[in-house]
Amino acid sequence: MSTVDSSTTLAAPEPHSEQHQPAVQFEDVSIGFDGNPVLHNISFQTTSGEMCILLGPAGGGKSILLKLANGLIKPDSGTIRIFGQEISSLPEQELFAIRSNIGMVFQESALFDSLSVRDNVAYRLMQQKDSTEDIDRRVIESLSFVELEDAIDKFPAELSGGMKRRVAIARAIISQPKLLLYDSPTGGLDPITSTTIIQLVMKQRDVYKGSALLVTHRLQDAFMLATHRFNRQTNQMERVPGNGADPNTSIMVLREGRIAFNGSLVELLRSEDPYIKEYLE
Amino acid sequence: MQIGEFLRQKVLAVQEYSLMSWAAITNIFRRPFYWEDVYTQSDLIGVGSLPIVMLTGFFTGGVLALQSATTLAQFGAKAVTGELVSLSMIKELGPVLTGLMVSGRNASGMASELGSMQVTEQIDAMRALGTDPLKKLVTPRLISTVMMLFFLTIVSDALGTLGGGLVSITWLRLDASQYFHMAYQFLMYPDILEGLLKPLVFGFIIATVGCFFGMTTRGGTQGVGRSTTQAVVVSSVLIIATDFFISYLMIGIFGR
Repeated sequence: MSTVDSSTTLAAPEPHSEQHQPAVQFEDVSIGFDGNPVLHNISFQTTSGEMCILLGPAGGGKSILLKLANGLIKPDSGTIRIFGQEISSLPEQELFAIRSNIGMVFQESALFDSLSVRDNVAYRLMQQKDSTEDIDRRVIESLSFVELEDAIDKFPAELSGGMKRRVAIARAIISQPKLLLYDSPTGGLDPITSTTIIQLVMKQRDVYKGSALLVTHRLQDAFMLATHRFNRQTNQMERVPGNGADPNTSIMVLREGRIAFNGSLVELLRSEDPYIKEYLE
Repeated sequence: MQIGEFLRQKVLAVQEYSLMSWAAITNIFRRPFYWEDVYTQSDLIGVGSLPIVMLTGFFTGGVLALQSATTLAQFGAKAVTGELVSLSMIKELGPVLTGLMVSGRNASGMASELGSMQVTEQIDAMRALGTDPLKKLVTPRLISTVMMLFFLTIVSDALGTLGGGLVSITWLRLDASQYFHMAYQFLMYPDILEGLLKPLVFGFIIATVGCFFGMTTRGGTQGVGRSTTQAVVVSSVLIIATDFFISYLMIGIFGR
């Protein structure tokens, strides 16, 4: 009776498979610098394919949270899991394998200023010693995605702020990571360029269906991402039908290192929390 | 309390420096190897520093001959100028002055380059893209500096002896064969060993100190400037202090 048919075992869904694991999971994570606490007991999780937008005023610990999620800094306490893998106690060498599934767009783009756009975008593939033909093909693909093929031979110093962010996005998505981390992708940009960047983020979300954490202090970015979707036919973004909200986009508000709100856009708008109301106004 | 905090920070910095240096050394034996970066840095440090090292070595040898011959002449020992110049250059001045020159040029360069990368999050981006910055940035600089300082010191020693010879022959009216004979005859293997051991240690100091201050830069462009200054000051002082201890050790072992 206790014998299990091997075919049944193979067919059965794995309870811990990546599909069913939360993409990002924080449990009681705290961190501080020079005795000043920055994040206090942060706990949340995002499901696979979900985009979580981190909102909050500057200095609230949003970027720190993003760096924690990529293992770039270690928490003082608590546990962080990426696709079920605990990363907060892993040594740097073991984190590199996990980071191959994560793409990150830094606040100021963080392009390597001594490398051309082509080499910046191809950096990860060049480190993996992929063939030149394969690298060139994928670089063109990535740059086409951000509509910046013409800048392939330029250097970062020759690019505008918006172009740098687009190159940074192309660099982050070239290996088609399962998780994307955007650190204020529209910070310091003019409104028109910001909309272009948000449209690219949306395109990435809706075309590749990956998971993402996006940090921003601009409410309009969060609202646009939550209420719009990317139409591949028109190559434009459009309102979610029925003036609804994208079901795969959630919003989290950080206030002085604590989670003040975590839920959907509709829940955010209906929140009775005085701080959230004041923040939205 | 403030003194306690200051000391705690210094101890932590020494610990961080030691860990980084150890990782840079062990990375030499771990894949992946960034040989292209080693070649680039060798060109930058070695070939780039050649003119200043040649000029420094040549004029130091010259002034050494000029000053020592004046004193030696009072004792009727002007003939040993060649010995004094070659021994001084090979054992002390060649390695130390070359180390200081390369430190001024390259420790500052490393600190400012890595510091700029640090404050613009390029180091974090590198880590996020799966590259170990210690392997990619620090280890190639360490290998290149140690290797290049070794050869630069030999060049400096040779040009210093030559510069001393030129001054001795043209201005002090010493016989050329006598000068070079004395310069060569009194050199012994321990002197050469000491002269070649020092650049290896100094190269290590320059690279690790320069990279350490660069990698730990905080505070924007002002921080980069601070790191650059600290890298030159600390590496220069360490070179001079280490020179004393190596000389002391070698005298203890070889008696000269």
